[in-house]
Amino acid sequence: MAERWRSALLLCLLMAASSLANSETPVSSSTGNETTGTGHETAAITTLPIVTWKWHHVEVPYLVALWVLVSWLCKLVIEANHNVTNYIPESALLICFGFILGGMIWGADKVQTFKLTPTTFFFYLLPQIILDTGYSMPNKLFFTNLGAILIHAIIGTCWNAATLGLSLWGCHQGGAMGNIEIGLLQYLLYGSLMAAVDPVAVIAVFEQVHVNEVLFILVFGESLLNDGVTVVLFNVFDAFVSLGGGAIDAKEIVKGIVSFFVVAFGGSLLGTVFGLLISLLSRCTKNIQIIEPGFIFVLGYLAYLTAEMLSLSSILSIVFCGVCCQKYMNSNMDENSIQTVRYAMKVFANGSETIIFVFLGISAIDKTIWVWNTGFILLTLFFILIYRFIGVFILTWFLNRSRLVPISFVEQIIMGYGGLRGAVAYGLAVNLNETKIKEKNLMVCTTLIVVYFTVILQGVTMKPLVQWLNVKRAATVDLTLVEKVQNKVFEHMLVAIEDISGQIGDNYWRNKWRNFEEKWMSRLLLKPSARKKQDRLFNVFHQLNLQDAMEYVKEGEHRGSLEFIRNESAFVDFKKKFGEDYEEAMPDIMAVMADDQGSAMRLRRDPVPSVSLEMHEQNMRGLREAEGINSHYLLDQHLYKSRKQHRYRFSRSHLDINQDENEVQEIFQRTMRSRLESFKSGKMGVAPPKTITKHTKREPQPKMPNGRNKPYHSGDEDFEFSEGDSASGYDTSFPMRVGYRAGAGIENPAFMPDLDPSSPLHIPPWLADAGLEVNPVAPSERAQVRTPGHLHRLASLRTSAQPGDTVRDRNLLTPPPPPHRDDDHL
Amino acid sequence: MGSSRSSLRGVPDGQQLLQETGFSAALLLRLHQRFQFLDKDSRGHLRSEDLEAELSENPIGDRIVGAFFQPGQETVDFPSFVRVLAHFRPTEKNWTRDGVQPEPANSRNRKLKFAFQLYDQDRDGKISRTELLQVDTTNTYTVKSKLSMKPLNTTC
Repeated sequence: MAERWRSALLLCLLMAASSLANSETPVSSSTGNETTGTGHETAAITTLPIVTWKWHHVEVPYLVALWVLVSWLCKLVIEANHNVTNYIPESALLICFGFILGGMIWGADKVQTFKLTPTTFFFYLLPQIILDTGYSMPNKLFFTNLGAILIHAIIGTCWNAATLGLSLWGCHQGGAMGNIEIGLLQYLLYGSLMAAVDPVAVIAVFEQVHVNEVLFILVFGESLLNDGVTVVLFNVFDAFVSLGGGAIDAKEIVKGIVSFFVVAFGGSLLGTVFGLLISLLSRCTKNIQIIEPGFIFVLGYLAYLTAEMLSLSSILSIVFCGVCCQKYMNSNMDENSIQTVRYAMKVFANGSETIIFVFLGISAIDKTIWVWNTGFILLTLFFILIYRFIGVFILTWFLNRSRLVPISFVEQIIMGYGGLRGAVAYGLAVNLNETKIKEKNLMVCTTLIVVYFTVILQGVTMKPLVQWLNVKRAATVDLTLVEKVQNKVFEHMLVAIEDISGQIGDNYWRNKWRNFEEKWMSRLLLKPSARKKQDRLFNVFHQLNLQDAMEYVKEGEHRGSLEFIRNESAFVDFKKKFGEDYEEAMPDIMAVMADDQGSAMRLRRDPVPSVSLEMHEQNMRGLREAEGINSHYLLDQHLYKSRKQHRYRFSRSHLDINQDENEVQEIFQRTMRSRLESFKSGKMGVAPPKTITKHTKREPQPKMPNGRNKPYHSGDEDFEFSEGDSASGYDTSFPMRVGYRAGAGIENPAFMPDLDPSSPLHIPPWLADAGLEVNPVAPSERAQVRTPGHLHRLASLRTSAQPGDTVRDRNLLTPPPPPHRDDDHL
Repeated sequence: MGSSRSSLRGVPDGQQLLQETGFSAALLLRLHQRFQFLDKDSRGHLRSEDLEAELSENPIGDRIVGAFFQPGQETVDFPSFVRVLAHFRPTEKNWTRDGVQPEPANSRNRKLKFAFQLYDQDRDGKISRTELLQVDTTNTYTVKSKLSMKPLNTTC
């Protein structure tokens, strides 16, 4: 039902568009301007017009916007029904929609007023797609397989071009194509534009298929990097065609080869330079975080255009720009900006892709360009497939001799079958010079047919083929932390063996690069605070912690999360464990390593890693309280906070909700009070302290009555430290465990408002307090927060920890060991 | 080829090692040259210091070095050197457990045992908690922390 409405809307829009187009001359800005101009002059008005029809005024932008809207509506209609998209890739359906729309326009206009022009395509639609691919490229995978990718991209594309051109020419000579005027050079030119695997099409088809990553990166990387070759080949043969056959001698050929290197490496280099520029810039954009996300788009586009200007490979340029800057951008930028960039990129890329495919369909419905030559077309299709497969098999055979993990035969088939041609080929074909190349229309048509064939037919059959051949699919499960650590160990081992045996292998280079990168590039391109956080394992651990916490909250909500407030055993343990240690502001809580392993180990005291929430669960299971009452009570306490959400401040640059300090302070106190009361009710009736002053980091010891409030005392300590660590992030050693453990108990009331997922995002009071302090070393809380809104509080109590301990905690679930330096700690 | 076989004369137990480890003659020769390079005083065997010099920056370097030396031994001679390195050849798939041939060094099992050894420093056949934690923490060492000498708890 809804679909029908949408389709109707689509049709109406279309009719409107075509009727508007009908009433005016075909879209051309110059005509538009002219009529506007004359409109202004000649229309001698006789009375004051209240409203005038100013179509020409807005014609061009209007049509552009309208077409974007129409394309996206097509996508909407397609995605409404997942049953269809499971079998037919979206790109194929979009092309079909393009056919329909083209047909409608043709019917209305008798001439195809809208088509995919190369300028539009290459300047306005393609860059964002490629930027997105570069930015979200899995770098490690890409560079590991770079050798294979390059071989396929360079040699494979040359092979495709050469064989296609020569075979077609051969067939022409043999008379299979009838009477067409295409010379050898033109065939080679045609071959070169058809040879390139298209990144847009590859993404569109492969994204539903989920093959394993190595296979995907091979095909995908090839589709990106072969632009370098395509551009060179196309330009070289284009120049040759212009020069004419006679002027080609050895010098020209040598120049052609040289131009390849210049174009390819120049483009990549240019892209890298721009990438580094963006990274440097992101280091300094702390004060303009509101437009921080915009820089990558602008600079990426500039990279693309600069390469075009210098006749280098623009796709390579923008790919490497994205590849180089992603790491530094993601570390330097504020979390919100990172999200913004990610989403905006996807929006642009997806949007452009949709438009491209729709227009590919529309462009076909144009009688003027259609020249049908059965032989040419069929032979092209045939040769493209055959030579693609042959090329892949031969090259992979070579590669497998030096690859550690060979590419299996099945994967080779998929690689061959995944050689999809797309809009880039079409754009290049339309760019052909028709005076030099008389059969341009034939070539354009054949290109279109090849594109349709690959995208539609191969796209539809790709998924069944993958399933039938039982290709290894993408891993759906992320590596566990243990696995990641082990992988690291193995890496080190391999590097060591390479060092010993004097072999300069992959690992050697990777290690060298990593060291270089750490020493020089990170220093230059990362913010100091970001550099400290650079530990990948730690990030993994942190993510796992957060997941743990999220599950914990969910569990807690199930059974009433107030239980563990009542549970003292946790606090008792905690106190016992940390004993005297938490007097220091940032104590380096113990890790007792077996020191007998000696000096070579260079081990140091590592703090007790953060909580394992699972342990809490174990302790607290079985305690049942009247949570209903408590929930109400606590909710009540915190309702005050929710009022904050109504105080917006309209500003273009500030997104934060008003944080009135007094209010924050008050909430803080109330929270503390409520917690203390809940602690005490589990304890033996000790009166809570009357004064709960603001705890700042400068007060290591809270002013508490010297009661026997162990848990509460510890509670505050924790609180203290949780404050501390949330402000200082990862890079100081502190009793995160401390903070977190009891913090889990303290935290809980904070979760209560979060039971309602629509509760506003704002910074919890203790964090706000801590945030007021200046800690130049620590990353800002903004930078710390990496979770969805309703878990910000949790994120603020993130801990740093040792992976090993997590391993231990996750696996062993034993009570925490005492904080003594003895060997059986752990 | 005849020439490479004859040039193996300088290599102690050359023929036997060839068969045992499955290295090609050229590779074995190269390893011998490397061995002689590492063995600075031309003693005919390596001490742990020679190997450690190469691995100074490696977090688990000392363990790797330890893997070369049999427990109690101070030196490693060429055959042992080669035998350890044989673990790192591409995995041997053709070996069958029929008891006739000894298990080649590059079988999966032996490779895993080698890796296991890295953790199991006291060679008791088990990896204790302590040992696991040691490896995990030494692994996460940052260059920066080494340079700055601060008691960082997070390491890279």
